[in-house]
Order: sequence, then structure tokens, then C-alpha cells
Amino acid sequence: MSVAPAEVQRPETEQEAVPDSPWVTIVWNDPINLMSYVTYVFQRVFGYAKPKAEKLMLDVHHKGKAVVSSGAREAMERDAETLHGYGLWATISHDS
Amino acid sequence: MGGFRATSEGATARFGRAQAAILRDLVGQVTELITGAAPDEDEPAGSAQGGPGDRPAGWPDDAPPDPDDLAALMGFTDNAQLPDDPVLARLLPDGYTGDPEAAAEFRRYTEGGLRSGKAAAARTVLATLPPNGGRIRLSEPEAQAWLRALNDVRLALGTRLDVTDDFDDQIAGITADDPRAPVVAIYQWLGILQESLVEALS
Repeated sequence: MSVAPAEVQRPETEQEAVPDSPWVTIVWNDPINLMSYVTYVFQRVFGYAKPKAEKLMLDVHHKGKAVVSSGAREAMERDAETLHGYGLWATISHDS
Repeated sequence: MGGFRATSEGATARFGRAQAAILRDLVGQVTELITGAAPDEDEPAGSAQGGPGDRPAGWPDDAPPDPDDLAALMGFTDNAQLPDDPVLARLLPDGYTGDPEAAAEFRRYTEGGLRSGKAAAARTVLATLPPNGGRIRLSEPEAQAWLRALNDVRLALGTRLDVTDDFDDQIAGITADDPRAPVVAIYQWLGILQESLVEALS
């Protein structure tokens, strides 16, 4: 039987200095991942249709990196973690 | 040589004996690398605050849970650093650039889960690929695990080979007696294999 703690301390969600300004997840080009695989991962992780996923993959490939999602920091961290699970290199940064 | 093709349940492929041996060996190596330095998530962190042996470790009646046990349960690690080994670093990359504190925090929360996820995918390959090869039939979840595990092996090999965007130029200079030649051949084979699996799953 578990006993509820007397006081529940909610962890504070980090408040961004500028709440309106979104965070972004960036995927970086790398010479190992197959283009078909990266496209597939974008379809699977973000639910994009193939043409959009392919365009995003080509952005990453040609420009060296591309923004793949934007929003709250926590959501970007979840996206990056998921992408790391697929072997892509993703980083989170503040959109400026 | 074949490759994967789609089935109603997932995917199927046929492996020769040598192919199976090579793939099993590489997947095993990556698994060791991934799990070698990390705390074993299946084992409770050694806590001296003991209850009896049949009680889940870290949750005795008369003492608060050991924070280390909780951390291990949640997949959090003490490790805050990008690994020194380039292969591990590629498999467990930083989540932030230019912000070491944020990167360390992100790593602390995610690295454990990342390692165990990759280890689980590798285990699926080893469980479904007979040592002598043959025809394998994968369910959809198994095929998804294969896809990630194959990618991890390619990342490992590619990093060791120092593959760059000019890969074709790089390998043009590798003759048959170059010690890298077999590794390059395996790397290329795995690329074709993975491509066929992406096709089969798409």
C-alpha cells in the first residue's frame, strides 16, 4: 500500500524568456545514413507524406541541416530523442 | 544475394551462412559497445538500504527509495559526456550544440533509454537470424527493429571507415589487398540490405 506524500512538489516547467519564440529540432546531414532511410524516418516520426518527407531529407542533404519541427522545448527534446533512436543526428535550438 | 521483400506480416529475406555469421558478429559487437559501459537496466542499482530479497530493490517499506534505483529504473544515467569513442559518440550524439549544460542534462535523461532501445533492437536481430542463415520471416515490429539495428551497425562501420560524402572517391583507391577492403564490401552490402528493408516496409 502506498502512502501519498504530504506535499507534492511539481517540477517547474522551464519557462522560456520569450514564450512566443519557438524551439526547433534540427537534423544534420551525415554521410552514412541512406537517403531512403532518412525519408522513411521522417514519414514515420512526423507522419509526413512521402513527398514532404523526401523534400525535407533533400534539404538536410543539400544544405547540411534542416529544421524538421518547431514548438515547445520539451516537444523538441522528445523529437530529438526519437530521432536519435533511429540513428539520425538531431539537435535542439532556440529559433531566432 | 537477395534482400528483403515485403510480406503480409512484415518482411522476409534469405541469408547465406557467411552473411548470417558476419551480421550476427557485427550486431553483437555493437551491442557490447552500447551496453558495455552502461549500467544494466535489468539489474537494480546496488542499494544497501535493504528489504528482503523478494522485494523490488530500492522500495523497502521502512526507507525511501534510493535515488540511484529510481534513476536506473527511469533510464537516467550519471553520464553527462559525449563518449570518447567516435562510434559511441555517433550512436549517442549530443542533443545540443554550443550549450554543454543543456547537452549534459539532455544526455542524462535520454542516454539510458537510447542505449537500451538499441540493445533491444540488436537482440531482436540475434533472436531472429539463425547462426547458419536461411530464410527468415519477420513480423512488422521485428522488421522495424532490424531496420534500426542495421542502421546502428552501418553507423558503427561507417564511422570506423571514416566515411565522408566523397565515399565513392574514398573507396576508389582501395585495392583488393587493402585491409579495409572487406569492411568496405560489408558496409556496401549492408547499405543494399537496409535499402531493401526500407522498401519492404514502405
